[in-house]
Amino acid sequence: MSDVILSMRGIVKQYRMGDELQTVLRGIDLDVSEGEFVAVLGPSGSGKSTLMNIIGCLDTPTKGSYILHGRDMSALDEDELSKVRSREIGFIFQSFQLLPRQDAMQNVELPLIYSGVPARERTKRARQMLERVSLHDKLHHYPNQLSGGQQQRVAIARALANNPTILLADEPTGALDQATGHQVMNLFHDLNEEGRTIIMITHDIGIARHAKRIVRILDGNLTEGVAEDA
Amino acid sequence: MLKESLRMSWQNICANKMRTFLTMLGIIIGVTAIIALITTVEGATGEITSQFAALGAGKVSVSVTGTPLKRGLSQTDVDRIAALDNLSGVDPTVNLTTYAAIPGLMVEDVSVEGRSAAYFAVDSSMIGSGRGLTLMDMDRHSRVCVIDSDLRTALFPGENPIGKEIILHGHTFTVVGLTADDSSDVMSAMSAMYGAETNGTAIIPYEAALRLTGAQSVNSLTLYLSDTDLADETIAEVEEVLNAAFNYRDGAYRVINLDSLLETMSTITGMMTTMLVGIASIALLVGGIGIMNMMLVSVSERTTEIGLRKALGARPRLIQIQFLMESVMLSLMGGFIGIVIGNVLSAVIAYFIDMTFAMSPGAIMLAFGFSASVGILFGWAPARKASRLNPIDALRSM
Repeated sequence: MSDVILSMRGIVKQYRMGDELQTVLRGIDLDVSEGEFVAVLGPSGSGKSTLMNIIGCLDTPTKGSYILHGRDMSALDEDELSKVRSREIGFIFQSFQLLPRQDAMQNVELPLIYSGVPARERTKRARQMLERVSLHDKLHHYPNQLSGGQQQRVAIARALANNPTILLADEPTGALDQATGHQVMNLFHDLNEEGRTIIMITHDIGIARHAKRIVRILDGNLTEGVAEDA
Repeated sequence: MLKESLRMSWQNICANKMRTFLTMLGIIIGVTAIIALITTVEGATGEITSQFAALGAGKVSVSVTGTPLKRGLSQTDVDRIAALDNLSGVDPTVNLTTYAAIPGLMVEDVSVEGRSAAYFAVDSSMIGSGRGLTLMDMDRHSRVCVIDSDLRTALFPGENPIGKEIILHGHTFTVVGLTADDSSDVMSAMSAMYGAETNGTAIIPYEAALRLTGAQSVNSLTLYLSDTDLADETIAEVEEVLNAAFNYRDGAYRVINLDSLLETMSTITGMMTTMLVGIASIALLVGGIGIMNMMLVSVSERTTEIGLRKALGARPRLIQIQFLMESVMLSLMGGFIGIVIGNVLSAVIAYFIDMTFAMSPGAIMLAFGFSASVGILFGWAPARKASRLNPIDALRSM
């Protein structure tokens, strides 16, 4: 394996719930190298969503260090975090999160707008990305004219648009039937083969098995697992 | 980037046309009211002012009721006033209503005004043809008169009246001039003010008029000021003379400065405009609250969208700008529609009350500024709320 691009040490996240201090993550250590396909497997309430938010720079840890691409994320303010999200992270959500009033092209262009890519370049890249996920014939369809699998592929194209360091997927097949879910996983495989680093959060061991490496999270603790076990 | 924000705001405004329209309605009504009020009041004020100015710019009118011992101003009193500084003319007026006749024709209810040469000296455009009364007419006690078009039509239809003789109150006068038609507007306005509807007017030297009435004194005097800035001082001096003439008796005379009347009037209309605009601004305020309400609803509705945009790298500031743009766009659109409707409305009003319609650039700018600031003011809080949403909470809310 090549360079470590993501390195977490002793990540602790606590929330204040009324008077009670709730510890969701209890000292997570995690290293991810370039080109890996990692599944973070855990039941609901295990802290995996919180971990994903911290990896995705949507949230900052209470304690611990998080180095992404050689930069310490725990020291950044909101504007800088926005920049990191725009350049380094490609989000894929369970419920796709496409803007309903924008067509496929416009949805894919959105992150390019925020990273300041000029209009012509934007159109070109959005088209390329949609072709990459085999939706070249659906460029100007609106989300409600697309099937769930197609919508998720638009979302993947959107996540790829800024050529991010990490693809971060949160239950990417959660809203899909099994067949389409497999198609999406195959796409992930292909992307990983092309050298894309993918971190996938899931509670489904069947889905997690698609990854090359599985880590398990339970009650805020992370343990290394192997894809072949369980 | 700004273009994209604009486009996105526009899309959101268009996505919910009914709601957008209802939200804008408050602004539309407020701006329409402001435009219509200001334009109409400005137009009416302008009209009244110009009529008034034609009637009385630089004029001070003195009317005398006198005392039981002295019923009016004597020639000496008039001369004393005429000797004061800052008066370009003193025009004693004697009014009577009598008949006018030529052989074979008599017209009743003709207003005969005794005036001095000063009356004609002020405005040369008053005479339509022939000449006005001159100092020489006064000195010679000439039996000459100037008639207006009403009297001319009554006595000399289709003829040139100049040089003809007419009989006024039993005395023969030679017609030397004819007043211009538009000046008769002023005169009819004057006679309307005196409450008399007449069949025409003849102007004769005032001393001749005194003789016609048999009176010894003048009861009405018009003074022409050379410098209107010194009006107050001049009026004080005139009052001093009048006080001396009537032995400091209360209520013997009245001095009316038409300029100060005009000033008072414009102060009143100014106050009225301010008050009306104040009332109309309440509509704008309500409209602004409407916008704020809709923007807040919109922020809650689009919580997920905001979270997503943040996850995709939108900076908080950009989210804020986008929402602010939406509210400003809303209020400006409302403002624009209001400006159009307001102007159409004032044009219609102007048509019905027979007034010339002129768009008021001041009112348009005021309305524009008002609606823009309403958009910013009431869009600020919702936009800030949107920009501060935590992306995690926002994404989770769905």
